[in-house]
Amino acid sequence: MTAKKQAPKKRPHILVTGAAGALAQQVIHRLQDTCDLVAVDFREQVYLGDDIPSYCIDFNKRVFEDLFRRYDFDGVIHLGRIQSSQMTRMRRYNANVLGTQKLLDLSHKYGISRVVVLSTYHVYGAMAYNPALIDESAPLKSAGLTMDLVDSVELENLANIYLWRYPELNISILRPCNIVGPGVRNTISHLLSSDRAPVLMGFSPMMQFIHIDDMADAIVLAYQKKTRGIFNVAPDDWVAFQRALTLCGCQRFPLPSIPPALTLSILRTLKLKSFPSYLMNFFKYPVVIDGRAFAREFNFKPKRPLKEIFHYYRENKRPV
Amino acid sequence: MSITSRIKSALVSPALDEQINKIRKPIGTLGYDPWGYNNEAVKVGFSLVRLLYERYFRVEAYGVDKVPEKGPVLIIANHSGQLPLDGVLIGYALASRESKPRIPRAMIERFFPTVPYLGNLLNEFGAVLGDPINCAKMLANDEAVIVFPEGVRGSGKLYRDRYQLKRFGNGFMHLAMKYNATVIPVGVVGCEETIPAIANVKPLAKMLGVPYVPIALPAVLPAKVILNFGDPMVFEDGEIPEEEVTSRVEQVKAAISELIDKGLSERKRLF
Repeated sequence: MTAKKQAPKKRPHILVTGAAGALAQQVIHRLQDTCDLVAVDFREQVYLGDDIPSYCIDFNKRVFEDLFRRYDFDGVIHLGRIQSSQMTRMRRYNANVLGTQKLLDLSHKYGISRVVVLSTYHVYGAMAYNPALIDESAPLKSAGLTMDLVDSVELENLANIYLWRYPELNISILRPCNIVGPGVRNTISHLLSSDRAPVLMGFSPMMQFIHIDDMADAIVLAYQKKTRGIFNVAPDDWVAFQRALTLCGCQRFPLPSIPPALTLSILRTLKLKSFPSYLMNFFKYPVVIDGRAFAREFNFKPKRPLKEIFHYYRENKRPV
Repeated sequence: MSITSRIKSALVSPALDEQINKIRKPIGTLGYDPWGYNNEAVKVGFSLVRLLYERYFRVEAYGVDKVPEKGPVLIIANHSGQLPLDGVLIGYALASRESKPRIPRAMIERFFPTVPYLGNLLNEFGAVLGDPINCAKMLANDEAVIVFPEGVRGSGKLYRDRYQLKRFGNGFMHLAMKYNATVIPVGVVGCEETIPAIANVKPLAKMLGVPYVPIALPAVLPAKVILNFGDPMVFEDGEIPEEEVTSRVEQVKAAISELIDKGLSERKRLF
């Protein structure tokens, strides 16, 4: 009897979007030894090593489909979401909503069997009446509170429709809390790394922070287990916003917090990148999410404590 | 040494520090929980409330040991006095009891989180926005939760309506049944006299977006406060019609009413 010759196991082909971002690069770093990766970004082309083809492509252009024809992807990790602090509303809508729709259509057409989509906890919206430990079934109120977060909610709605319509895509939507750490260029990271940070007088909402390395681990874990659904991603640790600023070595400069119209007009005049007016309520009211469902399902345990995160910002007031 | 640290070291004795640290709380690495409770702030709050409790209101608490030492508990009390002083005093009574103290969480009106400084301060001391989801999650965490089922109907009532219980909502009973929480009725006597209000300026309240604007003295009077904790009540879970839930709520309300009468008969003078 001759032993059957086993065919070498095929390395999975994965498309990673948002390659210019620090988070995508961390995810790529974790997967590159076991997977064949292709990186894309619609902002810029980044060099990620000779083994990883990298492209600067608008998802809405026809050439995007050529990548699916050429590389025979097994999975997609969609991290290429333009944040609410970037570009105009229209461009964000085109990239985040229409671009994602194109990506999901192509994923369905080319038989992709795993899709991970990065969303944000901002979709829940910041309100005085929010309970703590918001779980995944809570309504997404942010679209009704500010026009600048409509694209974030629409992106989620779209991914949700595809999640139920095409179960074979195995879509997981991740809603992380504030992602921070080396290389992160979002609003909250700018704020923590600044010398002086604005605060609203008398308001210091509870916040959650996840280190970029932990978030990258979470994305890799999510990719590796085909559980469909929507999941909050957050550690079981919390801190008041103004305390976080103090621990990061930021001097606080208070802005009047009432009446809200006055605060809004001050913020619109100042046009601070790290404190945009439409995120005002996130610095006023807590949006504390419950990340336990994700932790249970994917056996996820963040490794970097808050003290380590804040120590980094304290020591790196001008981070890379 | 910063001003905050100086105030803390002046107010918080090592014994108090140890006492609060001994009470187990599900908090994160920086001393906070998801609702904003902060262990260090509680220590400062505890020492300040002690002055109010022992010297200003000269509170007498009876039966505080009836509150179970662990497991989910709903402490249901009558609400009065314009400010949530009753919640603060019940919380202190339980946190300072000699045997197996607990730091309970008080559910507060939805208006408080919108008030600068006060909203955060109340959260740090353990108060939580009065939302059924918050209450459910805390009971699931085995917390003791103080609930005033009368809500603003109780706290905003006028002096002429003192010690008349207003309508109780059924929400707390559903949660007690679902989470198998022990219900402890509490009758509060004395808080009605702390800020006696003769009228409520409703149009102004509406304009300011607050539940009520009382016409009252701009001071908190040093009324003597008596807290009577009743016997534990347990209600089995099950698919029962809302009418039966209401009748269970009425049982709790009747128990509170009895405890109020007991407190009123025990009280020798208003101040």
